[in-house]
Amino acid sequence: MKAAVIRFPGSNCDQDCVLALRDFGVETDFVWHKDESVAGYDIIALPGGFSYGDYLRCGAIARFSPIMPAIKQAAAAGTLVLGICNGFQILCEAGLLPGALIRNRDLHFRCEHLHVRVENVANPFLHTAKTGELLRIPIAHGEGSYTADAATLAELNRTGRVLLRYADSAGAALDAANPNGSAENIAGICNAARNVFGLMPHPERACDPRLGSIDGRVIFESILSTLGARLAA
Amino acid sequence: MTEPQITPAIIAKHGITPDEYARIQSILGRDPNFTELGIFSVMWSEHCSYKNSKRELRKFPTTGPTVLVKAGEENAGVIDIGDGWAIAFKMESHNHPSAIEPFQGAATGVGGIIRDIFTMGARPVFSLNSLRFGPITGDGANVKTNRRLFAGVVAGIAHYGNCIDIPTIGGEVYFDESYDGNPLVNVFNLGILRHEQIARGAAKGIGNPVFYVGAETGRDGLAGAAFASRELTEESKQDRPAVQVGDPFKEKLLLEACLELLATDAVAGIQDMGAAGLTCSTCETASRGGTGVEIDLAKVPKRETGMTPYEIMLSESQERMLIIVKKGHEQTVVDIFEKWDLPYAEVGVVKDDGMMRVLNHGAVVAEIPARQLADEAPLYSREATPRPAPAPLDLAKLPATDCRAALLTLLAHPSIASKNWVWRQYDHMVRAGTMVLPGSDAAVFLVREANKILAATSDCNALYCALDPREGARIAVAEAARNLACAGAVPLATTDNLNFGNPHKPENFWQLRECVEGLAEGCVFFNAPVTGGNVSLYNESPAGTIDPTPTVGMVGLIEDEKHVTTSHFKTAGDAIILVGDLGHELGASHFLRAIHGLKAGPVPRMDYPRELAVQDAVRALIRSRLVKSAHDCSEGGLAVALAESCMGGEKHLGATIDLGPTGLRPDQALFNETQSRIVLSVAATNASAVLMLLELRGLPARRLGTVGGPDLKITADGETLTWPLANLHDTWHGAIARAMEA
Repeated sequence: MKAAVIRFPGSNCDQDCVLALRDFGVETDFVWHKDESVAGYDIIALPGGFSYGDYLRCGAIARFSPIMPAIKQAAAAGTLVLGICNGFQILCEAGLLPGALIRNRDLHFRCEHLHVRVENVANPFLHTAKTGELLRIPIAHGEGSYTADAATLAELNRTGRVLLRYADSAGAALDAANPNGSAENIAGICNAARNVFGLMPHPERACDPRLGSIDGRVIFESILSTLGARLAA
Repeated sequence: MTEPQITPAIIAKHGITPDEYARIQSILGRDPNFTELGIFSVMWSEHCSYKNSKRELRKFPTTGPTVLVKAGEENAGVIDIGDGWAIAFKMESHNHPSAIEPFQGAATGVGGIIRDIFTMGARPVFSLNSLRFGPITGDGANVKTNRRLFAGVVAGIAHYGNCIDIPTIGGEVYFDESYDGNPLVNVFNLGILRHEQIARGAAKGIGNPVFYVGAETGRDGLAGAAFASRELTEESKQDRPAVQVGDPFKEKLLLEACLELLATDAVAGIQDMGAAGLTCSTCETASRGGTGVEIDLAKVPKRETGMTPYEIMLSESQERMLIIVKKGHEQTVVDIFEKWDLPYAEVGVVKDDGMMRVLNHGAVVAEIPARQLADEAPLYSREATPRPAPAPLDLAKLPATDCRAALLTLLAHPSIASKNWVWRQYDHMVRAGTMVLPGSDAAVFLVREANKILAATSDCNALYCALDPREGARIAVAEAARNLACAGAVPLATTDNLNFGNPHKPENFWQLRECVEGLAEGCVFFNAPVTGGNVSLYNESPAGTIDPTPTVGMVGLIEDEKHVTTSHFKTAGDAIILVGDLGHELGASHFLRAIHGLKAGPVPRMDYPRELAVQDAVRALIRSRLVKSAHDCSEGGLAVALAESCMGGEKHLGATIDLGPTGLRPDQALFNETQSRIVLSVAATNASAVLMLLELRGLPARRLGTVGGPDLKITADGETLTWPLANLHDTWHGAIARAMEA
C-alpha cells in the first residue's frame, strides 16, 4: 500500500499529512508538483496550504501543475484521491469535484475545533464510521464556503455525495454551526464514482490523542480498510 | 549617474551627528561618498547598531550550560534541549512600520523573524506575538484608528503566518492610551534543529562565491532601519515607502529551499537580508568571518530598472538571503533554487582584505572596512533621570465599588477579555503539534521530530513598568516563569523585546536602564539566560511616549506529556486551592485602571525567593499528578483568575468560593494583584494532601472552595456575590468582537 502526498509550491500541510499516513503504517512519498506520474500509488493526497500563495484564486494555478493530468488519469482509473482544505479547492478548480470554495462569509480566516456530521458512509473514505456520527476536527481556512448551483446541490444530495456537514455538538446542522457560510453546511463532498473526496476540515490534525481529538482517524482507517480489501482482491 | 554632494544638511538628514561623521572620516581616511554615507546611516542606526542600548544589554546573563550559541553572536541564540536537539528562538519588533501600514508592517515583521530562525539552520515550528494598541472601546478620539490598526495587524500576522505553515500558538494583547498612534508589534518565532545543523552567518573561506537568493530587489523599504530609529510624527505617513511589502508564498519557498540547501554540504555561511538588507548581510558576514566581501550590484536580481547603488544597498525588500557557498558546490545551489523557481545569482566573492567592497559593473561605488562598519558603531550612555516613585495609595479616598459589576467590567476590558477574536484568525494548529491551544497560561507544543514538549509564553505588564520600571520588569520575568510553571514546564531561556521612547530624553533612558537591570536580575534568578532579542526605541507619537514595555518571551521544557497542565477547571466537585496569600496590594492594578481610571499606586512587591518557592511547589505537585488545573493570578487579581478558570475550557464549570474573614475591603480582596499566587484545582480526595505538601514547603495555601454549579459564587466576610456563568462567558468571550463590530 503506497500513498503520494503532492507537494505544490506553497503546500503547507504536506508534512502533517505524510506523518499521519506514516503513523498508520502506510509507505508515503512526497511527490513534487513538477513530476508527471503518480503510477504505483494507491492513494493520492492533495494537502492543505496555500499553493502558489493562493494568488489569483485558491487552487486556480495549482490545477495547471505538471502533475495534474496524471492525477486526473488516476482518478478516472479509480485510484483514491483525498483533497484536504487547499487540496479540496484544487480538486474543485481542476473539475474533479463540482462547485467552488469562496471567501468565508465573515471575511476572516478561521481556525478552531468544530464538529462535522457524517452524512453518508457508503464510500471508501468513511465506511468505518456511522451515519450521523459527529467528528470533532479542526478547520483552518479563509476560503472554505462551499458553493454550487441549485441543480448541483440537488444532485449531490440525491446521490448521497455530501459526506460531511458542519453541525453543533448536538448534531444539528444549523446555521449557527456553520463557520464559513457553506451552502447547506457542506464540509465535504465526493465525486460520482466515490473515489475522489474533498473536505475543508483537517483530519490529519485529529489523529494523535495528545492534540485533543482522534476523530480524524476514522477517515484514514476507512481508506486503509478500503485499500486493504482492494489489494487482497 | 552623479551622486548628490555630501553637505551638512544631507549628513543631518541621514541621522548622523557631526561626531559620528568625523568618526566615519577617520575610518575611511577620506570623506564618504553618498552611497557610503547611506550605508553608515543604516548600520549605525539604533535599529542595527543598538548604539544607545548596547551598554545596557551587556548586563543580561547570556551564558549557561544549555547555551549553544550566545546572544548577539548570530541571528538568534541556540539552546540545547537534550538528545542532540536544540532550539533557536527570538523576538523582534515591527512597531514603526505597523503604525504606518498595519497589515504589511505586521506581516513583514513575521517574515523577518522567521528568516532569523531558519538562517540558523532551524526549521521554524511555532510563533507567538505580543501586541499593544490604544483603546478600541469608549469615545476617545483615536478609537477608530486603533481598531483599524488592531484589525490590520492581526490580519497581517494571519496572512503571513498562516501561509507559511508555522502555527501562531499564543501571545498577548493589551490596550492602553499610551499606545495611541504607536502600536507595538513584537513577534516571536522558534525553530528546531540538530546540534550539528547550526548554520553560521560568517563569510568563511577566501575565494568562496557569494550568492544572492530569493526575491528581487526593489525600492520598497528604503532605509527602513533608519526610519525605525526616529519618533513617529504627523509626517511619518510620507514614510510609507519605508514600509516593506511581504510575500509569504515566496518566503515559504525560500524557507524550504534554504533548509534543503543547508542539509547538503554546500554552505559555508548564510545570512538573511533583514534590516539594512544587502548592506547589513555583507558587512556582518565579513565581520564575523574576519574576512572581506566583494559584490557587484550589476549582478543583483532587481525588479525595477534604474536603481542607484544607494537604493540597492539600502533596499529592505523582503524574502532575500545571502549565502556563502563552498567553492565547487555552486551547482547544488543552482539545482535547488531552480527546483523551487526562485531567483538566485552569484554576486560576489569572499576576500582576505577585511573590506566590504561594492562594485557596480566593475567600478567601485563603496569600500568600507567591514568590521568597523558592522561592529564599531559609536556607543552612548545617555543621561538618565529617575521619575519620582509612585505615592502610596490612600484607600480611604477610593469610593466604594459595586464588585459584582466591577468583575464584569474587568472581564469586558479588551486587555483581559478572551482573545479568541484574534487567535481564531491565526492557524494555530498546523504542524499538528499544538497540545495546549491559545488562551491558557502558556502555549504548549509537541515537536514531533524531536519528541520534545515545549511551553512558551510572552509577558509584560506595562502598567507596572510605567509606575516602577525596575519592579515591573522583575515581575514580567517572574510572571513568564510562573506561566511556564502552571503549564508544567521548567524555564530554559528568555528572549526580550525592549520597547521604549526616545533615549535622548533622560526619563526614557532611565526607564530603559531600570527595566534592563530588572530583567537581568530575573533571568539570573529563574535560570533563564537571554538568547537574544530586539530593542525598539523612539516609540513616541504626537500623543506622547509609550509606557515602557520590556516584553519577555520565555520558553520551557515539559518532561512528560502527563505533566501538561491547563488553566481551566476540569471536573465538578474538585477542590480549589490558592497557593500564596490572599494579598492586599491594589496599587497599579487593572482594577484601579479600568474601574477608577487611575494609573497609580506602588506596584505589587515581588519577592523572588517566595515566587520561586511557589513555582517549584506547583511544578512538583503537577509532576506528582495531583493537579488538574493551574492558573496564575495576574491582571484583575483573584476574581478574574477564578472566572477565567471557570470559562477557559470547552465546557464551563462554575465554582463556589469562600474567602472567609479577610480583614480587607471587598474590592481589595477580589481584585488586588499581590504576586506569587496560583489557583489550583485538585481532586477533592487529594485536597488535604496538597495542602499539607504546600505547608511542608513553608508556603501559605488555603482551600478556597469547590468546582461546579451554574454560577461563580464568591463569599468574602460573609457577603456573597453571584455571577451566572452564561453572563460571565458572554461578557468575556464576545467583548473584543463587539468592540470591533461597533
